[in-house]
Amino acid sequence: MLGRLSWAAIPLDQPLPLYAMGVVGIVILIVLGIVTVKGWWPYLWREWITSVDHKRIGVMYVILGLVMLLRGYSDAIMMRSQQAIAIGDAQGYLPPDHYDQIFSAHGTIMIFFVAMPLVIGLMNFVVPLQLGVHDVAFPTLNSVSFWLTATGALLVNVSLVIGSFSRATWWGYPPLSELTFSPDEGVDYYLWPLQISGIGTLLTGVNFVTTILKLRAPGMIYFRMPVFCWTALAANMLIVAAFPVLTATFAMLLLDRYLGMHFFTNDAGGNQMMYANLFWAWGHPEVYILVLPAFGVFSEVAATFSGKGLFSYRSMVLATLGICILAFMVWLHHFFTMGAGADVNAVFGIMSSIIAVPTGAKIFNWLFTLFRGRIVFTTPILFLIGFMITFVLGGLTGVLLAVPPVDFVLHNSAFLVAHFHHVIIGGVVFGALAGINYWFPKAFGFTLDERWGKASFWCWLIGFYLAFMPLYVLGLMGMTRRMQHIPDPSWRPLLLVAELGAIVVFLGILCQIAQLYVSIRTREQRRDLTGDPWNGRTLEWSTSSPPPAYNFAVLPRVETIDAFWEVKRKGLTPVEEVYETIEMPRNSPIGFVIAFFATFTGFALIWHIWWIVILGLLAAAVTVLVFGWSENRQHEISANEMAQLERARLGLGRPA
Amino acid sequence: MTIAALDTVPTGVPTELARGRGGGGPASTRTVVAYGFWIFLLSDFILFAGLFAAHAVLSGNTAGGPTGAELFNLRNVFIETMCLLFSSYTCGLGALSAERRQPARFLIFAALTLVLGAAFLVIESTEFAGMVSKGAGPSRSAFLSAFFTLVGTHGVHVTGGLLWLVYMAAQVVAKGLRPQVLRRLLCWSLFWHALDIVWVGVFTLVYLMGAR
Repeated sequence: MLGRLSWAAIPLDQPLPLYAMGVVGIVILIVLGIVTVKGWWPYLWREWITSVDHKRIGVMYVILGLVMLLRGYSDAIMMRSQQAIAIGDAQGYLPPDHYDQIFSAHGTIMIFFVAMPLVIGLMNFVVPLQLGVHDVAFPTLNSVSFWLTATGALLVNVSLVIGSFSRATWWGYPPLSELTFSPDEGVDYYLWPLQISGIGTLLTGVNFVTTILKLRAPGMIYFRMPVFCWTALAANMLIVAAFPVLTATFAMLLLDRYLGMHFFTNDAGGNQMMYANLFWAWGHPEVYILVLPAFGVFSEVAATFSGKGLFSYRSMVLATLGICILAFMVWLHHFFTMGAGADVNAVFGIMSSIIAVPTGAKIFNWLFTLFRGRIVFTTPILFLIGFMITFVLGGLTGVLLAVPPVDFVLHNSAFLVAHFHHVIIGGVVFGALAGINYWFPKAFGFTLDERWGKASFWCWLIGFYLAFMPLYVLGLMGMTRRMQHIPDPSWRPLLLVAELGAIVVFLGILCQIAQLYVSIRTREQRRDLTGDPWNGRTLEWSTSSPPPAYNFAVLPRVETIDAFWEVKRKGLTPVEEVYETIEMPRNSPIGFVIAFFATFTGFALIWHIWWIVILGLLAAAVTVLVFGWSENRQHEISANEMAQLERARLGLGRPA
Repeated sequence: MTIAALDTVPTGVPTELARGRGGGGPASTRTVVAYGFWIFLLSDFILFAGLFAAHAVLSGNTAGGPTGAELFNLRNVFIETMCLLFSSYTCGLGALSAERRQPARFLIFAALTLVLGAAFLVIESTEFAGMVSKGAGPSRSAFLSAFFTLVGTHGVHVTGGLLWLVYMAAQVVAKGLRPQVLRRLLCWSLFWHALDIVWVGVFTLVYLMGAR
């Protein structure tokens, strides 16, 4: 009846996760209670859960990413603490089985449910505004994407209370992840949520490639698009080209595990290294899916806060597209030690060094943008400067690792751990935080507190260096990654420094929470009434903050790069607003409903509860069929209504 | 013929540039929907590319079990290939009828497509059942895992395509060939042709090269 699920799945013998989940459960109950008592459900349902507005969906993605950041961070601090304690005779407080689950969950959550939602959220919010259009190409599909991602995040977290998570790292290499060596539900808790959220991500990719290539304001030829849109285009093309590989790879592993096939098994002709190749054929483009939008954020931030156009726009675009292509030609550097031979390793080593060239070009572009600019030292620009220094160093250790003989020494060492945290925190996380600080006033109509923002920046920066510089040294001293117990007491001082760094990063997170709290409390004094708090250059700043659901009553006409800047420079008054009838998508619960069924189906698949699987799939299919039959998914805003809406909006936004 | 002339989707909005290109402003819904669906199909091709790659790596790993040469009946495979290719032809004729607002003709061609597609599936499932009964199921060897997964995934796509066709035929009957239905039909026919392209790969790489 319940498949493999039984009371034994609740880890009563391991109090730690139960306490943690108890606290989280109480917090969730309190939040739900407040929402219910205050009667906010109809509002949430109408304005957020069923919303197909790209701006709302973007905000929800970012919230999901930030909440999951807390989860991913707690995994991190637990690992750091274990390594700081369990040295020599001490065994620490985490048994190996639990420790293995934590590092697997940490990587999985940070990549799929923190970094991805943060960059996809920013792209969702910003891209249609920058393109000067009403919405994305497929707004309802966008909602489906978000809710499937949320389903994945939920299912991964369910493994804390019901059953256990994978112990096979965040990439789940076979044969460890095969049934022979991981017979319980752990690896399934890894595979199914990622399959479900992967569908959501793929649909996002399809949606945004179509949006950027087919929906732009009149006059916006490709070479007038803001650089963030270019990087979003590149990232989404990578999603379309890379995520299906991950889906296929996971499908094969699932077939091995569920139907006894032999893709990656030790027996009957399976090939484990094929998994490594397929996984990283997705995995390396994935890091550029994450970092390219961050580069886009930094390009916008650099131009805006130095009051100059971006230096060498065209080379920036070329570098972005160059990275987009090269991203598919370096995957083998993740396993030089596979034994593919000197020739193959040399090719991939050289390609991995070459991909640093367009990135280097970008660094120079940002530097020259800042050069002789009138730089305003806001929080985003601090993140930009911190990013440039950090990313160059992290990139250099990457080039070092791209040399196969060096990699043979440093493979799977703490040096590698330090390297990829260096580029992902310094690149993606700093970029996302800069983007959040930069676009927050556009989303909510008031600016974020600068003092707390800067404090959070310094904590993140210093904390990062304290936490990861020691790992480089430890890696060179011979420490491998994923050690539950440290045999060499001489490593203790450096591990303590790393622990301290993790704590400083936590202070940074606390500063961000304080920043949000303070900003919301003082929002009346920090209202952005002009819609253009930073003296921006691109079209998102030409509409009000927050923008109306339709973004622009009349699509702007674009004549240059930095279209809005040009309008301001020439002192043009906004064009005479001759309203036309426009069509806007209606709210739809389909995303939430499909994700609801996907949650049950995913859970049932993990636990082999086949009748729920069948019911869930049928219900999801019926939902799609019903939606596929529907009419009137759009409502018209007539020219007259638009005139009234605009008068009301502008009257409210700009008191006479 | 100029590029602009090729792109004359009837939009009712006179612009010097075609909409959806260059600086011509947002494209028409029909263009956006078809374009987006093409992008999705490209991603589907990449999914198949992953499975093709796995098949290429594992096709020799028979683990002492039967090889393709012992299992494949090329005559049957040829017949099923013809069924699928001709179903693409009837699908094309159906799409033309739909564009000309001839629902009855469309339904006839849809029925022909359905029959051909179903015949394909019958031959394929007979082949699968025969192999399983000979002890050459997907868990026999890595080669057979890759074979069943690649060909089976295509078969699942064909099944989905047929169900979608029935659903679309019902929409044509209930709603007529209005623009929204035509857009959905366009996506369906793109999907059906894409399955043909994948099958050409399967027929060549899996069957012809595997039967040697």
